[in-house]
Amino acid sequence: MTLGAFIQEKNKPEGWNRPLAMKPDGDGELLEVAMGPHHPSTHGVFRMDVSLDGERVIRLKPVFGYLHRNHEKLAEGMSYLGSMPFTDRLDYICSLTNNWAYALAVEELTGQAVPERAEYLRVILGELTRIVNHASSIGFLIQEMGASGTPLMYAFKARENVLDLFEALTGARMMCNYMRFGGCRVDASPAWLEDTRKVVAGLPQFVDEFERLLTGNEILMARCQGIGILKPELAVNAGVTGPMLRASGVNYDIRKVDGYGIYNRFPFRVPLGEHWDVYDRFMIRLLEIRESIKILEQALKEIPTGTVMDSKAKIRGFRPKPGEAYGRIEAPKGELGFYLISDGGPNPYRYRVRPPSLINLTILEDMSLGQNVADVVLIFGSVDIVLGEVDR
Amino acid sequence: MLGEGLLKGLAETARNFVGSFVSKERLTTVQYPEQRIAPIEATRDFPFLVYDGGDWQAGMRCVACQICEKECPPKCIYIVKSTDKKPDYVGKPQFYPARFDIDISVCMSCQICVEVCPFEAIKMDTEFELSTTDRFGGLLFDRERLAKSDEYYHRIHPTEATAVDARLAEGKAKAEIKTTTAAIASAVKGAEIPARPAGDGD
Amino acid sequence: MMTVEGIKMMIDAALPGSGVEIVPNPSPSGQHSLRLDPRHAVAVAKFLRDDEELALDFLSNATGVDWPDKEVTEKVKVTRPVTKTLEGVEQTTEEIVEETRKRVEPGCLEAVYHLYSVAKKHGPVVIRMKTVNRTDQVELPSLTSIWRSAEFQEREIFDLFGIVFKGHPDLRRLLMWDGFKDHPMRRDYIDPDDFEYEPTAHDEVLARAAAHRAAEANQEGGSAGK
Repeated sequence: MTLGAFIQEKNKPEGWNRPLAMKPDGDGELLEVAMGPHHPSTHGVFRMDVSLDGERVIRLKPVFGYLHRNHEKLAEGMSYLGSMPFTDRLDYICSLTNNWAYALAVEELTGQAVPERAEYLRVILGELTRIVNHASSIGFLIQEMGASGTPLMYAFKARENVLDLFEALTGARMMCNYMRFGGCRVDASPAWLEDTRKVVAGLPQFVDEFERLLTGNEILMARCQGIGILKPELAVNAGVTGPMLRASGVNYDIRKVDGYGIYNRFPFRVPLGEHWDVYDRFMIRLLEIRESIKILEQALKEIPTGTVMDSKAKIRGFRPKPGEAYGRIEAPKGELGFYLISDGGPNPYRYRVRPPSLINLTILEDMSLGQNVADVVLIFGSVDIVLGEVDR
Repeated sequence: MLGEGLLKGLAETARNFVGSFVSKERLTTVQYPEQRIAPIEATRDFPFLVYDGGDWQAGMRCVACQICEKECPPKCIYIVKSTDKKPDYVGKPQFYPARFDIDISVCMSCQICVEVCPFEAIKMDTEFELSTTDRFGGLLFDRERLAKSDEYYHRIHPTEATAVDARLAEGKAKAEIKTTTAAIASAVKGAEIPARPAGDGD
Repeated sequence: MMTVEGIKMMIDAALPGSGVEIVPNPSPSGQHSLRLDPRHAVAVAKFLRDDEELALDFLSNATGVDWPDKEVTEKVKVTRPVTKTLEGVEQTTEEIVEETRKRVEPGCLEAVYHLYSVAKKHGPVVIRMKTVNRTDQVELPSLTSIWRSAEFQEREIFDLFGIVFKGHPDLRRLLMWDGFKDHPMRRDYIDPDDFEYEPTAHDEVLARAAAHRAAEANQEGGSAGK
């Protein structure tokens, strides 16, 4: 069966994409546990109202909004450029990809062109961000399993080198505020590119070390394999994107589908999962780090000289013509999209962030029903969310 | 054999553990605050106002155009324009800020004020040891606290400062050419005026 | 990938009378949208998802937009009886006079959906639905039974805009807490100033806080009934 037919299976029963109604076996009351918002493993302030029958999960309702900072309404009162530092703070670990998504959406809205050197810089910084995010995400997942932070610190050791690179180029380690509509803010010096090449040369060794530490580990395999299975047709229907979707066997990577920027020039493979469980999601992220290293090496070799900002791009007095646009990128967590409606004024009329973390949480209940409560933490960790993005 | 993966992982950890005592690149701990790492040159913390020369009031580049106040995303800048003018670095009389307050408890170091300033007057500092016991007043920086000299700017951001100096020198040269051509034009005009009535007769 | 006109033709062929209109988009992005009639929206959405060629099985983004009431001033020519004095005689004649009239064009709330296809790898197709007005008729059909990803997003639209989705399995607030009143993302939302906060060096916040504390003290003094 082709993938299209597999996903589009007709004659699906009514309510097929709703979670199963679980029944407790035996008598006795259900135990209602509120996991969070104060919880060391919930990746931020997040609550899960879980109804348990013994150890089995009967019902799971996620509750969030604790970090809601009304970013979308603030943006309606601010100029387009003024919202750029706030996009840093959405997915606060991957600030550069958030900047890129917003810049892409505004460039769709105005039809602005981006010079080639800026595109290469965007790819380099985007892939560095992806490596940092995937390594940290694996580290956090293993920490929730009880490894007390050792793999996390290995990931952070590699992350420190990358953050030093970001600071040398953009001025800040995490809240970079670097992409602009029509290019990047400042150019990268040849010394910076040399430093980046050195860091990228040390990355394969880091990934090998990470794999030696983790992949064959029996405890990891026993806890992660067969847990949190997500069927591909439910994943597509629920709007899941990013490594979660690919771990469910669906070949959909926005870098290949949309081909935004200059990603068409970089041949890279898209790893897919076969068993659709937590272990697959963990392995997919490791494999994607390796693919990103390949892209980085090629981009650093081919980066041309030139300007990094289109000379006709405006910083102040930027008023796009009325209209709307939806621009999306493959952020490390999934599909990050920005939907902008302009009414011709200096502020956007409607500014919407399509958060991958929020939409990936839609099937958290489906994946957890029937599992033990200890596995809920792992399943939740494998979704890889950041509350800044969920709540905006 | 069962447990092989675990043992391989433990071997990895042991290697790192022993290596952290002998390998040079692993000894990264710095005894702060007695030792400090040199800051990366492009780092940015909070803004400051640049002044040329020795006197911070006379040499301040800021002309109170209030563009940074308008563009600041969290609106942490508060400017009051002066009523009189003082000459700027090319000699043209300009307004100056009578009050220039930045609330650094609100400032998020986004650097948009630096980007939009047309006069190279506000730049990013690298100082971060700003903790104080005075909760409100200690974090509200006024004009005097924000004013730092151009030499200081050269010390913290050398490449950026030399580029800024080059731009300002270019601007000054252009302004001087404009004033000299204007002076020559007005001198020529002054010489021509007696000749005109004779031409009118034609 | 078909154009909006092509998709409209396909929908009209499969479901005649479903009232689909094209909404043009003047920006260079070229993302024109289709406006659906709320009465037929679920049937059209099912067709879009299950059709062989379109296969729009992936709902990427669902959001709300608030279009507030607009006051429109226009000049209208009306026939009115006018009293005039002609040659010393008072007469009442019918004459055409220009008047300025103000009317309020009712606003509405809108839900916008962005659809993509994972099987065919094309998109986006933008569909929209409008409510009748902003006050009492704010219902729209829920598309959660067609695309599961609408579940949380429609809850967010209900929370922040106030559109009630009929047929949604679990419609409650998402980002705000359950007891919250009003809908924050509407254009006429006034934020409350009775929250717990920490005053800063910002004069404006301090002034508002002082005014509020004074009001509270007056209320308390009055109710304590000294």
